[in-house]
Amino acid sequence: MTEVKQKEEAYEDIPGTWVFDAQRARQGYHLNEFLYSLMKAENRKAFLADEAEYTKRFRMTEAQRQGVLHRDWNRLLELGGVSYALAKLAFTDGKSYQYMASRMTGMTEKEYVEMMLKGGRSPDGWRSKSERQGRA
Amino acid sequence: MARIIAGVGTSHTPAIGAAVDNGKSAEPYWAPLFQGYEPAKAWMARTRPDVVIMVYNDHVNAFDFKIVPTFALGCASEFPIADEGWGPRPVPPVQGYPQLAAHLVQSLVLDEFDMTIVNEMQVDHGLTVPMTLLYGTPHAWPCRVIPLAVNVIQYPAPTGHRCYMLGKAIRKAVESWNEDLKVVIFGTGGMSHQIQGPRAGLVNTPFDKAFLDGLSRDPERLVGIQPLEYLRDAGAEAIELVMWLIMRGALGERVEEVHRFYHVPASSTAVGNIILESR
Ligand SMILES: [Fe+2]
Repeated sequence: MTEVKQKEEAYEDIPGTWVFDAQRARQGYHLNEFLYSLMKAENRKAFLADEAEYTKRFRMTEAQRQGVLHRDWNRLLELGGVSYALAKLAFTDGKSYQYMASRMTGMTEKEYVEMMLKGGRSPDGWRSKSERQGRA
Repeated sequence: MARIIAGVGTSHTPAIGAAVDNGKSAEPYWAPLFQGYEPAKAWMARTRPDVVIMVYNDHVNAFDFKIVPTFALGCASEFPIADEGWGPRPVPPVQGYPQLAAHLVQSLVLDEFDMTIVNEMQVDHGLTVPMTLLYGTPHAWPCRVIPLAVNVIQYPAPTGHRCYMLGKAIRKAVESWNEDLKVVIFGTGGMSHQIQGPRAGLVNTPFDKAFLDGLSRDPERLVGIQPLEYLRDAGAEAIELVMWLIMRGALGERVEEVHRFYHVPASSTAVGNIILESR
């Protein structure tokens, strides 16, 4: 089935952000179900024992599966993963929300923590894509 | 008659719970935050509500995406602690109040707020971190808790206006319960933060401070903040602040601010805490 093209939503103008709306939730449903399964200790163990095999239990797209195997966090957001579910993959790796967020920004965890300790990322220059391009 | 005597606004950042559970609360990173919550803890110890209505959101723990309820009211007698991916937090299970919860459902639905009734539910950091911040680490929680889980994960969340009106309906429902009870309502989550994408780590302190001012003095202004404004100005996850408007709506018109604290950062989050007594 072909995708129906809709008018762009206003929030698509926010840079560096994939808003988890109903359409993205639809695309990400099976990916998020996989991530949700990592709430159970036995599933975390099975996944870590054979990641490729375990992911086959879920009806993800191949792009989503590759995103999982490569911990390509931003790609997974784009493909419908929601950050709170993605965090379960980070936890399974023994990492934190903070680690995952730093990877999404391309910073090291240390650089990210430094930025937060200095008061966080200012919204200036990050409110819209045009504002962002003006700065870049 | 049962009465909502006060509201507590607080962030519910999971790293705060992890800091307590792993004995890190005295470390330099965390100490200022926990010191900042001491007055709120003392207030709670003095106030000793019989019931807490905890407005919070689940973070893909009780609910995956099979069903996404906008407003879900916990009607069970007990709520176990969820394993969010690193084992359940070592905190006591939460005791509900099924009889009062059933009354709330009845009153709210007739007031045109179509609540989803939840009879079995695990609760995550959204609920347990505020409990830890306000009560510390007791062997059992000293009050009953009625969880009200709001969808703020899948866009769109309910609007600020809708949340504020729900708060008003909750006040009416509580006041029609024929038992002398002190009720405190929590609005949790926020404040400004974003934990996804290249824009992660966004914090907007002026926005947050204006929000705290508004809760105290001009809630009608906050009710008009559009979803897009939260996303754009205060980060993708700041939309959680609509839950504070349920709390504010439930306090009636006149409030007195008795405590406020603001701190950056806890992990990726700007942390806010306000206590408003109903007057
Ligand atoms: Fe949250």
